[in-house]
Amino acid sequence: MGSRASTLLREEEIEEIKKETGFSHSQITRLYSRFTSLDKGENGTLSREDFQRIPELAINPLGDRIINAFFPEGEDQVNFRGFMRTLAHFRPIEDNEKNKDPIASEPLNSRSNKLLFAFRLYDLDRDDKISRDELLQVLRMMVGVNISDEQLGSIADRTIQEADQNGDNSISFNEFIKVGNFLIFCIFGNMNYYLT
Amino acid sequence: MYISHLWERQCLCCCVNSVSLSIPLPHSLSVSGIIAKELSSLEQEIQELRASGTTLSSEPEFEMADIMYFCRRGVESIVDDEVTKRFSAQELESWNLLTRSNFNARHISLRLSVLWGLGLFIRYSFLLPLRVTLAASGIGLLVVLTTIVGFIPSGWTYLSEKIHLMSYRICVRSLTAIITYHNSENKPKNGGICVANHTTPIDVIILANDGCYSMVGQIHGGLIGVVQRAMVKSSPHIWFERSEVKDRHLVAERLSNHVADKTKHPILIFPEGTCINNTSVMMFKKGSFEIGCTVYPVAIKYDPRFGDAFWNSSKFGMVNYLLRMMSSWAIVCSVWYLPPMSREEGEDAVQFANRVKAAIATQGGLVDLLWDGGLKRGKVKNTFKEEQQKLYSKSSINATGWPLK
Repeated sequence: MGSRASTLLREEEIEEIKKETGFSHSQITRLYSRFTSLDKGENGTLSREDFQRIPELAINPLGDRIINAFFPEGEDQVNFRGFMRTLAHFRPIEDNEKNKDPIASEPLNSRSNKLLFAFRLYDLDRDDKISRDELLQVLRMMVGVNISDEQLGSIADRTIQEADQNGDNSISFNEFIKVGNFLIFCIFGNMNYYLT
Repeated sequence: MYISHLWERQCLCCCVNSVSLSIPLPHSLSVSGIIAKELSSLEQEIQELRASGTTLSSEPEFEMADIMYFCRRGVESIVDDEVTKRFSAQELESWNLLTRSNFNARHISLRLSVLWGLGLFIRYSFLLPLRVTLAASGIGLLVVLTTIVGFIPSGWTYLSEKIHLMSYRICVRSLTAIITYHNSENKPKNGGICVANHTTPIDVIILANDGCYSMVGQIHGGLIGVVQRAMVKSSPHIWFERSEVKDRHLVAERLSNHVADKTKHPILIFPEGTCINNTSVMMFKKGSFEIGCTVYPVAIKYDPRFGDAFWNSSKFGMVNYLLRMMSSWAIVCSVWYLPPMSREEGEDAVQFANRVKAAIATQGGLVDLLWDGGLKRGKVKNTFKEEQQKLYSKSSINATGWPLK
């Protein structure tokens, strides 16, 4: 009935996504309609422009970095699987998942995966280290023109000093976890969904 | 028997969320959102971040975790934002037997398909031809009669009014529009401006069915242009050439001159400037609120179950849209005339516009948004991003007296 048949999600795909990301059936179909409504070109993938069309995201100082997190290395299009995989990082940790089979691979929304997501927002070149430059870049994105270069530089220096333990003047993932309050990532790394 | 999207309103209780502020959600979000957004401001959330942190210093300092605030807001807006969903048809809770409203078309049962087929037959072979004939005669009568009256010397405004009303009534019948007018004692009077929320070009017909207005707009070519030129012969509408539209002073001047003349009908203006899908009211352009006369707000709310009235101009042209209108079940709407408002002492045009917008939104049960309807086609201005950056710098980084180590 109608031309939308070609864009329907097949049951097998829904099951696969469910296993991979832990979202429920109704959440997946609801997010699929969201995906298709963003996909103006109707070709089953989203480009960076599709994301930038969302005004609330366009005015977010870290908007570009967040959009980047959805796209795999070097690619310009993201399909629904990739979209869900990234969103899965923000799914709240549920009680019934805590006693899962320890041999199974770590769920996407585990604490360390949430932290890795945040780490990658800083670490643009994916060399597993946040250099002073990368830190400055993110700081500059967040404060705009309101803080001078010198002040920003000293903020960056202080942050690295506090976090750096092996003296290489950059922050590795392990040092990142210890800095500040990783509990924050879990609080802010969760979005409450209405659907179950 | 319905294909329904059941949104269960249980919030997933997140064990770690006890620290976050729990602010009750506004009604609008809880009805149609996917996620429960917390409406705390940037300052509040940054303070939370600091409060649960380990730093002993009372001065605001940068923390690496600060990105999480922007990160979550960003991903929330990717999952569900307030603006992009206003530019496409509203989703229904249960199906109304129109394929166009069914986003996940799939076969549910034989009985439902038979019902749908029957509905299709009735709508396209019986209702549509009837309506098209009526519409054609309505518009034809309007053009012919207004031209005739135009030849008669002035003083026949009574006749002209009757003609306009009659043609609009025929057009309304042709759409099978079932309109309920509330609070007719507040109907707009001469020398004022009537403002309403905009969903479709049919808004004009719906309002003009109940009273005489002067329209404002751009002169088009083609059939619409013919109708426009005919209308203006018998009663003073304000049509602009394309080149004049950009000249704001000219526009304001013509509007002021019109309202100053008390014999002329109230002007009908849609300050949003574009069609929105009738779930919200977007930013009102301040031009019509600067003139300084009485403003008569009107709220129009369509019932989406009988047919979707929203004109998605990027998807459908005018003819296609009218055909869809005429092949829906009906157009059911409510019109509320709100008490007149004037600009108060010390209020500027923008604040006045927002006040009127809030009144219309409350009456019509629509979400009151500050976003510009122009975002349908254009990009958002950078100034909003700069505001966010400024707020963050102030609340989380102590820009003055920074202790250097």
